[in-house]
Amino acid sequence: MRTILIILLASISQFSLAADTTPDFTLKSNQGNNQRLSEYQGQVVLINFWASWCGPCRQEMPLLEEIQQKYAKLGVTVLGINVDKDPSKADKILRETQVSFPILYDSEGEVSKLFKVKAMPTTFILDREGTIRFSHMGFKPGYEDQYAANIKTLIRE
Amino acid sequence: MAVAVTNKITKTMLRKFILLALISLNLSSQAAVLPEDRADIMYHRYEGGGVTIDGPSLLIRKDFASTVSVSANYYVDSVSSASIDVETSGASRYSEERTEYSLTADYLYDKAILSAGYTNSEENDYQADTYYFGVSQDFFGDLTTITLGYSRGDDTVMQNGNDLFKDQLDRQNYRFGISQIATANLIVNVNYEVVTEEGYLNNPYRSYRYIDPTNPNNTISETEIYPATRTSDAVSLGARYFLPYRAALSGNYRYFSDDWDIKAQTFTLGYTHPIGNDWILDFTYRFYQQDNAFFYSDLHDFQSVDSKDFRARDKELSEFSNQTFGIGVSYQFQLGNSEIFDKSSINLQYDFIQFDYDNFRDIRNSSTPGDEPLYSFDANVLRLFFSIWY
Amino acid sequence: MKKLPLLTLGLLSSSLLLSGCSFDPIKIEPWVQPYERQNMADPIMSANRDPVASSYLHHVYQAREGAKGAEGGGGGGCGCN
Repeated sequence: MRTILIILLASISQFSLAADTTPDFTLKSNQGNNQRLSEYQGQVVLINFWASWCGPCRQEMPLLEEIQQKYAKLGVTVLGINVDKDPSKADKILRETQVSFPILYDSEGEVSKLFKVKAMPTTFILDREGTIRFSHMGFKPGYEDQYAANIKTLIRE
Repeated sequence: MAVAVTNKITKTMLRKFILLALISLNLSSQAAVLPEDRADIMYHRYEGGGVTIDGPSLLIRKDFASTVSVSANYYVDSVSSASIDVETSGASRYSEERTEYSLTADYLYDKAILSAGYTNSEENDYQADTYYFGVSQDFFGDLTTITLGYSRGDDTVMQNGNDLFKDQLDRQNYRFGISQIATANLIVNVNYEVVTEEGYLNNPYRSYRYIDPTNPNNTISETEIYPATRTSDAVSLGARYFLPYRAALSGNYRYFSDDWDIKAQTFTLGYTHPIGNDWILDFTYRFYQQDNAFFYSDLHDFQSVDSKDFRARDKELSEFSNQTFGIGVSYQFQLGNSEIFDKSSINLQYDFIQFDYDNFRDIRNSSTPGDEPLYSFDANVLRLFFSIWY
Repeated sequence: MKKLPLLTLGLLSSSLLLSGCSFDPIKIEPWVQPYERQNMADPIMSANRDPVASSYLHHVYQAREGAKGAEGGGGGGCGCN
């Protein structure tokens, strides 16, 4: 049933993910439980796809933590989706760069495929209804200011 | 006639590569991400054929604002040479030092990396300045990387013991490369390079020998006479494959030919085997074979009649082959504060090279000219280095 | 010796760069996705893991052999950004 839903969703969407069909997913998290994207409806969500072998991704992590700390009380959640085939590699990075937001493990790459991830890292920012409103491919110093600006726009809605 | 052909080849090559404006002489390039910050300190040593060369090599690389990566290298060769060429010319063992400074900069712009570099090399009888420019770009979902490079060199050739001798050598290299990720585990690359040189192309210390017209058991030696230009092209095909248990296999084939009639082939095989998280073993095998230049002979029949009647006896232009067996061990560890230093490694690499000459003779033991044994020698090459990433 | 005029070099290089920014004329879907680059990004798959050592060995051969050029791999890696 899940597979049929995923195939249906995948065939509906175009090159880059369109505005109103954000795929829902459930992934194992580093906080011990399974987490589902739709549980976060009502919050502004920043989803960041990253990997242990990606230099710019590691550079971005502490900045995402700053964003989480700054905007948490305004109803913003950061979700890190790690795409390493071996999750222990992700945990090694997380031991050195500790973050308070949940890390979800997409080791089979299914959610990456659903979201049509085209670069590493990729960041999507969703509004309170769960619609993708902004997307950023890659990471260069200064992108975190764009994320903050996007979040401020969505908080005000 | 050789000069006219050379000019024609040069013009054709230049026209073909008119689109190749900027070229990088980096041995490897990765588009879209700058090279990692690192520092390396290495001791290198070469011993073979009566020659010992050793010295340090220091490299520092740092990036600024994730946009520009700058590197600086300091390299020294301390030479102590009683090679076969030194001995047969009647000279005694000599010592000298060659110092080289390099500076490079890589600028990241969207999916392209622009590179520029300058190298200066100096020893008491040779000075070389090299400039290079390159551009490297990712295409088609970052699976394809195209690299273009151009470098030029200005060399000044001198001779110890002869203050009157000073000449120039100009070099230009044009390079084009494509690298393609074929599968998640296989990457293939093709490289093509044209080199043109003009000026004093010999070695002032080398001489050729010809049969004494008055006595066939005797030979007379004179300074070599070379063409004033040399144009070559080389094409190579290589691949690297990731083995499922985490190891890497690589192979490379290169074909070279130039207008001195030298044709050469190079085969390289490599296998990298990590053990656990900290140790890496490398094994390499390399085979090289070349034909001689058209004006090369170990023993010429006649003396050269004029400056266009070329003569050489430099073994580098002879017909020979060599093979290399190489092994390397690397140990990775964490040094100091992991917030400042990402990782460090200590590495030892050793290569054993066997040279076999097919038409260059060892004339140190006097014998009937032309009947001396063919020359061969072995060389040991060592690299010991420490690297740190930050 | 013929030398390419500097202006032509400059123009050609800048046109190559600028066109390169949007140079995907054929929309080819990559068959290795950006999140599948794990093995390519592994340091053991790097063409030039130890630049000081490989450039030294390159010099050892270049000083003793007639052939030169077309060395080097390149490409691959994590393909980030």
